[in-house]
Order: sequence, then C-alpha cells, then structure tokens
Amino acid sequence: MHPVLKLVAQRLALSTLLLLAASVLIFAGTTILPGDVAQNILGQSATPESLANLRKELGMDQPATTRYFNWLFGALQGDLGTALTNGRDIVESLSGRLKNTLFLAFWAAVVAVPLAIFLGLLAVRYRERWPDKLISAVTLASISVPEFLIGYVLMYYVGVKLGWAPTVSTIYDSMSLGEKLNAIALPVTVLTMVVLAHMMRMTRAAILNVMQSAYIETAELKGLTSFQVIARHAFPNAIAPVVNVVMLNLAYLVVGVVVVEVVFVYPGMGQYLVDHVAKRDVPVVQACGLIFAAVYIGLNMVADIVSILANPRLRHPK
Amino acid sequence: MSDKLLKVENLKIGARIYPPGEKPRDIDIVHGVSFELEKGKVLGLIGESGAGKSTIGLASMAYGRGGVEITGGKVWVNGREILGTSLRDLRKLRGTEVTYVSQSAAASFNPAKKIMEQVIEASLHQGKFSKKEAEARAVELFAKLGLPDPEKIGDRYPHQVSGGQLQRCMTALALCPEPDLVVFDEPTTALDVTTQIDVLMAIKEAIRDTGVAALYITHDLAVVAQVSDEIMVLRMGDMVEHGTTDQIINNPVEEYTRDLVSVRSTQHDGKPPTDNPILTVENVTARYKGTNFDVLHNVTMELHPGQTLAVVGESGSGKSTTARVITGLLPPREGKIHFDGRDLSSDLEGRTRDDLRELQMIYQMADVAMNPRQTVGTIIGRPLEFYFGMRGAEKKKRILELLEEIEMGPEFMDRYPAELSGGQKQRVCIARALAAKPKVIICDEVTSALDPLVADGILKLLENLQKIENVAYLFITHDLATVRAIADSIAVMYQGRVVRYGPKAEVLEPPFDDYTDLLLSSVPEMRLGWLEEVVGNRKMASAGN
Repeated sequence: MHPVLKLVAQRLALSTLLLLAASVLIFAGTTILPGDVAQNILGQSATPESLANLRKELGMDQPATTRYFNWLFGALQGDLGTALTNGRDIVESLSGRLKNTLFLAFWAAVVAVPLAIFLGLLAVRYRERWPDKLISAVTLASISVPEFLIGYVLMYYVGVKLGWAPTVSTIYDSMSLGEKLNAIALPVTVLTMVVLAHMMRMTRAAILNVMQSAYIETAELKGLTSFQVIARHAFPNAIAPVVNVVMLNLAYLVVGVVVVEVVFVYPGMGQYLVDHVAKRDVPVVQACGLIFAAVYIGLNMVADIVSILANPRLRHPK
Repeated sequence: MSDKLLKVENLKIGARIYPPGEKPRDIDIVHGVSFELEKGKVLGLIGESGAGKSTIGLASMAYGRGGVEITGGKVWVNGREILGTSLRDLRKLRGTEVTYVSQSAAASFNPAKKIMEQVIEASLHQGKFSKKEAEARAVELFAKLGLPDPEKIGDRYPHQVSGGQLQRCMTALALCPEPDLVVFDEPTTALDVTTQIDVLMAIKEAIRDTGVAALYITHDLAVVAQVSDEIMVLRMGDMVEHGTTDQIINNPVEEYTRDLVSVRSTQHDGKPPTDNPILTVENVTARYKGTNFDVLHNVTMELHPGQTLAVVGESGSGKSTTARVITGLLPPREGKIHFDGRDLSSDLEGRTRDDLRELQMIYQMADVAMNPRQTVGTIIGRPLEFYFGMRGAEKKKRILELLEEIEMGPEFMDRYPAELSGGQKQRVCIARALAAKPKVIICDEVTSALDPLVADGILKLLENLQKIENVAYLFITHDLATVRAIADSIAVMYQGRVVRYGPKAEVLEPPFDDYTDLLLSSVPEMRLGWLEEVVGNRKMASAGN
C-alpha cells in the first residue's frame, strides 16, 4: 500500500477512536453532574411515585453503561434523543442551528484565513520594519480585547452610530444570501479579529523559519523578487504548520462562538447550548458536546492529513 | 576593462558579529582583494575556513550572506560596475549572467518542488528562454552531466535522487540560463570520494563545452588543481599568492602556499599487531530498531593496545554504526564485543562504570559535543569528578596537566567553547576523553570538519598522546590521506561489510579488491592531469570488460 494511504488510514482510525473516547467523557461528565433530571422536570413538590415513573420512562433506572450504549448506538443511527424540556427531537432542532453556526464560521473563515496568510507573508517581507510591527501590534491588540467587548463596541459605533450593519444578527431561512451576509457582517468581523492574530503570527513564524534554509538563498541568487521568494519557495514548505493553526482556529470558529452568538442574538448552536445548560437538559448538552467534539477532531484530522500530503517525501517515496 | 568578464578591485567586506555576552562589533572579513578573470577561464580560490573564499565568490553577484556587507572596492561584470547598482538591476544579473553552485545541493534545492521546475526557474523568470526551450536545454545539460535518464530526472523531487546526482542537477541549474560566470562554492566537498571524481569530471567537461568562466572555491588544493587555469591562495581575508595552476602546485613562492601543498606529507609506519587485542568486534550483525534489514553484516575486527585501527568507507558503509555497537548504544543482533579480556554487555545499561571509563569517544562536531555554557575547566573536570571523585586543588592540578598535554595554556581553563577556534575545541574534546584514562578512544571523523593544516596538528597531537598514554584509537574516517598518516591496521567497509582488513602495509598494497581499488584511486592527487588520467584508466578498464 502507498505509505500516504497507510498514514491517512491510521489518522482516520485514530480519530474515530478519539471520538469514541470523547463520547465516553461527555456521557460520564454529564452523568455524574449533581442533581436529578426527573426532580428538575417535575419540581420540588413531585411525589416519589411520579419521580420513579418518570425515571423509568427516561430509562434512568438502568445502569449507566447500558444507557451509554443505548445513547451511542442511537447517535450512530442519527438519533440523539428528545429534549427533556420541550420534548422535541434534538436532531431536528439542532440541524438548523448547526447549519447557522457553520454558515457563520464559514464566512468568518473565508475572510480571516486568506487575510491572515496574506498579512503573515507581508510581515515576513517587511520583517522588523514598520509594516511588520504594525501588523503584529494591531492583531495582538485585537486578540487581547475580550470578544464580547469588541462586539458591543462595533455594535455601538458601526451598527448604531454609522448604521452600516444591523446590530442583531438573527437570520431566517427566508432571507436571501445578501441579506444574510449583511446580517452577520458584525459577528464575522468580531470572529475575524479574534482568530487573525494566531494564524498570522504562526504563518510569519513558520515562513521565517523556512527563510533560513539554503534553498531560499538559491532562489534569491536566481534574481527572484523578495515576494516571489517568499510565496513560491518559502510558503510551500511552511504549509504544514500553517494548516495546523488554521484548522485549530476553524475549530474555534465552530466550537468557541458561544459568546459571539449570544451577544448578537444569532440562532446558532452556541446559543442553543447555553439555553439548555441553564435548564439542565442533559440530552441536549450531550448532543451538543458530541457534535462539537466531532467538529474539533474532524478538523484536526484534516490538518494532520494535509500535513502528510504536503510532505513531498511522503507523497513521492523513493 | 571591458575585455575582462570579471574584474574585482580592492574588494573589502565586513560583517557585524554578536559574541556572547558582549556588544556587537564589526569585523573585516576581506581586506582589499583584487583580481581579474577572462571569458572561459577558471580561477580557483583556495584557503582555509575564514579565508573569505565564499564571501568573495558571492560578492561577484553583489550578494552578502547573513549580516555580511561589502564595505569597499569595485566589482565589474561584463564591464558594468555592480556594487553601486540598484537591487532591481542586480536581480537581472543574478541567475542569468552570474549563477551559483553551493556546497550542499541537498539543502539548496527546495524539497517541495520538482527538479526541472527549479532548474529552469531563473531562465523563465528573466525571460531568457521559453518554457519549452529551457526544458530542452535542461535535458541536454542533464545528459551532458552524465545523469541517468535525462528526459525524466527533472520530474523527480530532490529527495528522490542521490547526493552526487543532485550536485550535478545543481550544476545544470547554474548552467541552464547560459551564464557568463558560474561561482562553484565547494561543489564536491560534501560528496564521497568515489562520487566526487564523477561530479568533478562532469563539472570540468561542462565548463569546457559551454565556454563559461568559473570561480572555483574549495579548501582542497588537489581538487582545484584538476579544474582551474589559475589559482589564488587566500588567508584571513588577504591574498597570499596568485598564479597559474602549474606555478602554484609545482613552484609555490609563499611559505603558506608551500605548507598547503605539502600538508599531506605526514607519515607513520604501521606497528605489527600484538598477541592480545584490547578490543575485539566478533561477527557483529546489527540493525536499527523498527527496520527490517541489517546495516552491519558479520563485522569482525581487532584493535591492539597502543595502536590505531582505521575504519574507512563512504557514508552509509556502517562505520559509525560499528562505533555505536561498540559503545553499547546499539545492541547487536548477533556477535560479541570483547574488551581487555572480558565480554562487554551488549547494551549500555549492563555496562559498569569502568567499562564506560575505559572506552571514550571523540566526535566530528566538537561544537555540539560540548556544553556551550560550561568553561573548558568544567568540561575537562567533569570526568575527573565522575570517575575518580577528584575535587578542588587535586582536580585543578590534573586539568592543568591535561591542558598541557593538548598543548593549550592554563589561561584556557576559564574560557567558554565559543571563544575557541575549531582546532582548539577538538583539543578540549580530546582532553576530556583522556581525563577518564581510557584504554580505547573511538575517534569518529574527528578531523573531517577541520581545515587541512589544523587537522594535521590534531593528528600529530593524537599520535604523541598515543605514545605517552599508550591508548588505542579506533579511528573512523572517510579520508584516506588521514588513514595513511596514522593507522597501524585498516578495515575497509562497504555496505555494512568489512571488505578488506589487515595491517596497513598489506591493505594499501596491491593486489586490491575492486572496491578498495576504486576508493584508493579516487583520492585526488596534487598534480595536473590526474583527473583525466584516472577517468581515462577507468574507461579503458570498463571497455576491457
């Protein structure tokens, strides 16, 4: 078998195993939480009989391992159970939310990733000079300010004072793409500012590291311009670390948007999760946890596979 | 001056250095060097490291490596002064009129791009050829340089061809845009001696056929004698002597040049083996963890007290692996190591402190074999504490004795490795090994990273120490001149096997096996016409077969 296929297969197997382990952690974590779901639903005045009945209905009388496997096999078949609080099917309510979250993350990534890489290349081109220092200072400042603060500041100045974008980012299926993009303009800006610095600095560091190589000197002695040297000769060799940090930030865009979604009242997974944590709706929390874990592991797996594919020694063995 | 291709006048080059714990200061690397080069001629630049050879070579492209800056003088290429021109004009010069071949092609090719793409890049970028023309020219050059499968080799990635082939690809890269001048910077130094000869011949023929002029930079006078019309000897940034190749080799005027020419004259008569070897490697077969092939096959050799066994071979022949087995770093699959009448445990954990003490090592890179944050005194003192429990005045006395043995004064005790020259660092490593009072020292390419004159000094020191301390050396090297200089017996290794073994006089005396013959005849000799003679002999031999 081609060594690359073997490595990729290994990554897939490892990721599956990791996801399984994550599911155990999520289930165990939510199971040992203090408090009784039945008590929560029925309130303080419930009779012992009704509590016992509800527990039986919910399957709480069975041992934890049985419940775990029931949950796991359900999840594998696309059934994440029903929400305790409103009795609706979780998959159904989640799918729309997940779609919205991915929509937001996608557009944030479309803006942030090329911008970060371009700024990284620019910083290398003008390293230790004012453009480099300016880029570093601005991106570092933007990552250092809490995202909810940036959110509210943008909302006030850009949304209220200038009136360029709506301050509430609620979107509906009936909206056109243009309307949706207009609605999410502010949260996309905030998310971009949050993830930009990390990716840009990693791009800069990875390329600077490659710039020490002898083949960069060869390229310079061919009479190439500085930017050609960086883009053609340095960047292809810096892909692996850059992709790693890009994927890490994409994962953050999906998993870590809770605050931004709440600030902008965006109907995504984060808000959904926060609502149901407050209500102790364990199946929903488990479902969200599982999806977040899957996204995280999946993106990191993609990063690993891209790194493997970017290595010419692995792609073209002797 | 327009009739000269390259004219360098009073070239001065400096750099800013950052010594540890001190303020950065500016130093001069080249102080006012002048020379001229006509079209189609080859000028050899020779000297030790730090002589400014590469710096001068790169200055002909107005390029300064790292913090190096050209501080004065003038350089004309094709009648145009290039030091004062803009970066934009320099980019037109680089890669078309003047090109560069570096010492390590493996590092100088971009690992992420195909060879062809890199070979033709400069031609395309400068608009000299169309893609089709450039590729055709590259294939032609690949063929001329004797690369296998010239039509297809360009589709490979750098890691898919051997070191010698890649060095030839680098030459093709430099010749592809039809330059007027190529700067060859130690193009064969990193190659095995048997590979060097082919690459050298390929470069020489390519220079002759294309009529390109060249600056050929090397520290090896025997190599430069084969390819250049003129030689310029440099030392510490100054020109020592400049003349025709014939004059420099056969009638050197300056004393320094005479030293360089005669540096390989050290001789040592082999001592006969004794009855009781101190170290015996018996039928060792070994492989690295996680691999499924043996890198050593049934290796057997003996080392006698107070003598030197030289292990020679090319890179990958198993020399250093043998050393790893002896030191216990790599337990063998089969075979045994006997030491001073006892069996040594095959792995490091099973060895006693005395086993460790009596078997010491010196490495190729003295730089990385020492802790840069410890003084020379601490470095040498450590084995004294560890093995003999020495402290205070007693330890200091012994350190001073050892410093005297390696011909370094007591003032060095408080110096840090960064303050020492390459040769001094290696001397400190020798003292550290001697401090343990070993019976055997394994010397792994200890002179390979040093300049010839410095290396010669180290070899003399090792020989003297052997007489005083009666220590035996297992001397690993790829350099046959070194072997001649110091060995009592020799083991020639090839592909993990000992192909020839015995006392020096026997091993170096015909009849030879094929490999030893190839190895011995590949060592460059310091006379004109040697290269053609060897290549001619080989062609005749292969035609005879």
